[in-house]
Amino acid sequence: MLLAFDHVTKRFPSGVEALHDVSFAIQDGDFVSLVGPSGCGKSTALRLIAGLTEPTAGALKWNGKPPALGFVFQDPALMPWTTVEANVRLPLDLAGLDAATARTRVDEALGLVGLSAFANAYPRELSGGMKMRVSLARALAAKPSILLMDEPFAALDELTRERLNDELRELWATQKLTIVFVTHSIYESVYLSSRILVMSPRPGRVVADIAMDEPRRRDPEFRISPLYGERCRAVRAALQTDDAR
Amino acid sequence: MNRDHILAYALPALVAVAVVLGWEWAVAAFEVQPFVLPAPSAIVAAGIENWSSLMASAWITIRTTLAAFAIALTLGVALAVIFSQSRMIERAFLPYAVTLQVTPIVAIAPLVAIWVGLDNGETAVLVLAVIVAFFPILANTTLGLRSADRQLHELFDLYRATRWQRLVRLQFPAALPYLLAGMKIAGGLALIGTVVAELSAGTGTSTGLAWRISEGTNRLQMAKVFAALALLSAIGIAIYALLSWIERQALKRWHESARPRE
Ligand SMILES: Nc1ncnc2c1ncn2[C@@H]1O[C@H](COP(=O)(O)OP(=O)(O)OP(=O)(O)O)[C@@H](O)[C@H]1O
Ligand SMILES: [Mg+2]
Repeated sequence: MLLAFDHVTKRFPSGVEALHDVSFAIQDGDFVSLVGPSGCGKSTALRLIAGLTEPTAGALKWNGKPPALGFVFQDPALMPWTTVEANVRLPLDLAGLDAATARTRVDEALGLVGLSAFANAYPRELSGGMKMRVSLARALAAKPSILLMDEPFAALDELTRERLNDELRELWATQKLTIVFVTHSIYESVYLSSRILVMSPRPGRVVADIAMDEPRRRDPEFRISPLYGERCRAVRAALQTDDAR
Repeated sequence: MNRDHILAYALPALVAVAVVLGWEWAVAAFEVQPFVLPAPSAIVAAGIENWSSLMASAWITIRTTLAAFAIALTLGVALAVIFSQSRMIERAFLPYAVTLQVTPIVAIAPLVAIWVGLDNGETAVLVLAVIVAFFPILANTTLGLRSADRQLHELFDLYRATRWQRLVRLQFPAALPYLLAGMKIAGGLALIGTVVAELSAGTGTSTGLAWRISEGTNRLQMAKVFAALALLSAIGIAIYALLSWIERQALKRWHESARPRE
């Protein structure tokens, strides 16, 4: 176990209850997807993991001390006053990494998201999808051991999205990386994850915990396999049973 | 230069020529007394005749204005940074900054003149001009330092940024547009402050343009008064143009306000 939500409830001062008595555990090396309707507390769950907000009741339990985190926010959250390169370098600068190492890491990360040619562009010169990829590169540059991603590919076209899905899987399969991934897309969650947590409408609870078989073996063929279809149906069913109530 | 650009300069210039010609004509046609309203030609003549004394005065005014601006900028930014680090300190001191700002400068002038010593006219003027110019810098920078994107703040939390890193890498850049807007206001106010202070506290030891104006008025030398006025306007315009240019250069790569329209 890496991290456990132990009866976590999160209520905002406004009175909105985003999460209600949520318990689940994340194993080291998991690729966990959180799926659920809009407003069910997925972003809140990620923010709790990142320590950006505290639970109202219950607790988050880490096995040991919290490791280095990367966070791809739902908005790209780039600094408009500086270049793509400097944005990606930010976590490295804050950690006081030497310039040469930082340079290579930034180049690597930008190459991975296909934006090497835009290193010197300013955020306002990029499209929405490109900004999101910069934000992904920034999270990767810091080489986190847990990567939190909040609908990172929602604004991308289908092909870029599939390419980045494959890149992300590759990354997860080759690096020692735990990923918690929020998405609205059933297909994406099934293609990527080793585990899918389905959440109910607000206040969010975990209503299904679906484990995927052989999660480390994926290729485009998987998208047309019977297993893929069956898993998509299972996730959809879990989402719908809850709708009905 | 495109057509828009040429018009932007040509139209005001045309208005100026028309007004000057009409003014010249009206003064002659209605035989207006020169101590009421001198003709433009008389003003130019007075300007040339008193060139060296006017320039010496203009230099004093410019020097005081720039010094006041620089001090106000330093003080305003420093205080805003302190405020941004501690809400307590802000709560404790902001009311006094506001009080200083809203109290009419003319009313404090005699006090300041006495405190710095009556024979230190220039220092008194400088102190008063700083008081006038400093508030927009403080107010704008304080607001700007606080207006950085919340999500970016969270990013800095996530990577455990120190206060200093947050200030330099996040809050300062976010505050820059606000600071630059404040500087444009403060530049104008520094000049206004200098002139008002010269008029009300310059006890003859400070001989800036304002002093030339009051001297000219007392002697009914209106052409000279107008020449000094024209110089003051020119200084004000130059300060504003310079600060606008700096603002555009600093923001053009990233800020919406400086974005060219397609
Ligand atoms: N800072 C906040 N203050 C008050 N209420 C909040 C705050 N943040 C979120 N909420 C509320 O908590 C609920 C869950 O929000 P959250 O952002 O976690 O949803 P989500 O599952 O990520 O939704 P989406 O899929 O639309 O991004 C929402 O009803 C939202 O209005
Ligand atoms: Mg969300």
